[in-house]
Amino acid sequence: MVPDGSRAEIVLENAAASYGGHPVLLGLDLTVRAGERVALMGRSGAGKSTLIGLIQAQAPDRVALVPQAAALVRTLSVFHNVYMGRLDRRSTLHNLRTLVRPAQADIDVVQKILDRVGLAEKLWAKAGALSGGQQQRVSVARALYNGRPILVGDEPVSALDRQQGARILAEMAGSHQTLILALHDVTLALAHTDRIVVLEAGRIVLDAPAQSLDPARLRPYYEAA
Amino acid sequence: MQLALPRPGYAAVSRWFLAAALAGLLVADLHVTTLHPWADLARLLDGLVRPDFLSVEGWSVVYTVAFAVLGVGLGAGTGLLLAIPFARSRTVRLACAGFRAVHELFWALLLMQVFGLSAATGVLAIALPYAGICAKVYAEILEEADLAALRVLPVGTGAVSAFLYARLPEVAGRMRDYTLYRLECGLRSSLVLGFIGLPTMGFYLESAFRQGRYAEAGALLLVFYGLIGTRRLWIRGWTVPLLLIAAPLALPPAIGNAAVGPSLARFLGHDIVPAPLRGAALADPETWARLWAWLRPILTDQILPGTIQTLILAQIALAATALGGLVLFPLTARRFTGPLGRPLGRVLLVVVRSTPEYMLAYCGLQLLGPSMLPAILALALHNAGIVAYLMGRHADALPYRADAPRGLNLYAYETVPRLYGQFLAYLLYRWELILRESAIFGILGVTTLGFYVDAAISELRLDVALVLIAATALVTVAVDALSRGLRRSLRIDTLPTRLSGPAPVAG
Repeated sequence: MVPDGSRAEIVLENAAASYGGHPVLLGLDLTVRAGERVALMGRSGAGKSTLIGLIQAQAPDRVALVPQAAALVRTLSVFHNVYMGRLDRRSTLHNLRTLVRPAQADIDVVQKILDRVGLAEKLWAKAGALSGGQQQRVSVARALYNGRPILVGDEPVSALDRQQGARILAEMAGSHQTLILALHDVTLALAHTDRIVVLEAGRIVLDAPAQSLDPARLRPYYEAA
Repeated sequence: MQLALPRPGYAAVSRWFLAAALAGLLVADLHVTTLHPWADLARLLDGLVRPDFLSVEGWSVVYTVAFAVLGVGLGAGTGLLLAIPFARSRTVRLACAGFRAVHELFWALLLMQVFGLSAATGVLAIALPYAGICAKVYAEILEEADLAALRVLPVGTGAVSAFLYARLPEVAGRMRDYTLYRLECGLRSSLVLGFIGLPTMGFYLESAFRQGRYAEAGALLLVFYGLIGTRRLWIRGWTVPLLLIAAPLALPPAIGNAAVGPSLARFLGHDIVPAPLRGAALADPETWARLWAWLRPILTDQILPGTIQTLILAQIALAATALGGLVLFPLTARRFTGPLGRPLGRVLLVVVRSTPEYMLAYCGLQLLGPSMLPAILALALHNAGIVAYLMGRHADALPYRADAPRGLNLYAYETVPRLYGQFLAYLLYRWELILRESAIFGILGVTTLGFYVDAAISELRLDVALVLIAATALVTVAVDALSRGLRRSLRIDTLPTRLSGPAPVAG
């Protein structure tokens, strides 16, 4: 359980956002402490992706992001796409060299990360040649390799089956201190996070420890309005 | 037929082209033969800074516009008519390929033999190749159009009504954009025609350069940039009819050669017939032996070395264009330049692309002396400007993830890899255009195919000139086919390649 005295990683106070003049988030307060594992839930259009954007923007240098679309460079190999997770922490010269001839040390590290998401044999495949689920796992691998303490993911396992999704979520939890994930699978969310935040029409309508909830309690937020 | 060869990747194709260009550099003549190239360049730039607008011959500006308007009008009109049977008729496709494979200047050199230094020469020299180009592009635009509306028309709708209601509205915008772009090209072509004697701005530019009157040359250039830069102001829906009516009235009077009929008959019936066949008995095997004896030295002493030099020049220029394009495009891309740098970068690239490469090569030859170097610089500058401008637009349309890297990392890991297919599509498309232009630079003294054409015409051996021009056209068509084959095998054949295309969509 998270000790109450731990540091607040993300603090949003009265956060609002609109998209094309249409308000998406309305005066929303959210504090996430170091070590918490938060699931953001709610119907599509509730404002989850916008909230993810605000969270990422608040601490860009402490966040490893898994964006909604995998956002891979299709013409580059899986290795290079994963390596991109740490471009900012290597010298530009090293990065340019890696494009042409990667160092064995980097290859080994990336290979281990790919092992963890079950893509070990795809190291040199072109990202554009992978299936949707594989691309999503490459995107997760990029965030794992990035290694920053807060992992923020927008539906990071939406293209995977429940078993695979559970494995990937466990990997994320194993290497990142704080998790903030938009999820739509209630079972996965309850099993792999300790706090559930439900959004509806731009507002937080439920914020409770996962232990105190069960699928029946969350169902109303998913039934047709 | 199934080929067992693996498909080449982007990197492999890039390496082949770069290696070919490097091999070309080993054999190319790149010497600077003038004594003070920098001093001359300084005087040229001084002329641009302190132009003498009063010395500009006003009528040359009028003629330049008139030739361009009539040439493009005639070419685009014919092209539109030819676009309708283009997809169905192989004959039309071949004829169009032949027309556009011959450069405007070669057309002008041939037409001059019939029409003299007259308006007809200038207008037709633009109209003939442009008809071939427009037919192809209009046909592509028609083919790419969304036909959903056409399919739901009531059964029995007439062909004309169907075209006007369901087809033309879909394509009119893109056709107008393309024609406007063609008019810009037409202005460049029209200016360049002056370099071989027609009374457009190029004529005065050439003599100003040759005699070192740089203030006049600078003024002419600035007027030309003004014409191109303001084209969207003076070419509008309602001005087009006015321009088309005014242009014929403003044409220059013909110089000499009034009897077109007899000279056309002599040109077709005598001048361009290979010398051994003129008045000879065609059934006699001796005649054909003589024809071969006539043709063989042309093949071995002119076409072969000319083609090799043309291909070498085009190859080096293409590689230089590629490097230039990659270096320059960040200048116009939002992520790489600030709010101040980007407009400046755009202006620079628009100026570079508005400058006709023939004129750049001419200036280069004045400054550096006759070698391949000025030709390479001219082709690379002009084409790199175009490619960089287009790539910049694509770069701005890319959707980057929220935590994308910046600077050189963004460039090397995101922007260039994402755009590389598009980049190759543009380059392979420009390969043919660079080749056409490389052949033409022979007129300026580089020993490409145009060099031999120019020599044959000045010796009044038009039969030889025609064989050489046909050989040039064949080389161009072959490179075009190779380029299309490569684009198909790289699966980049559906990406946009035209300068006038719609703004790229995020994808």
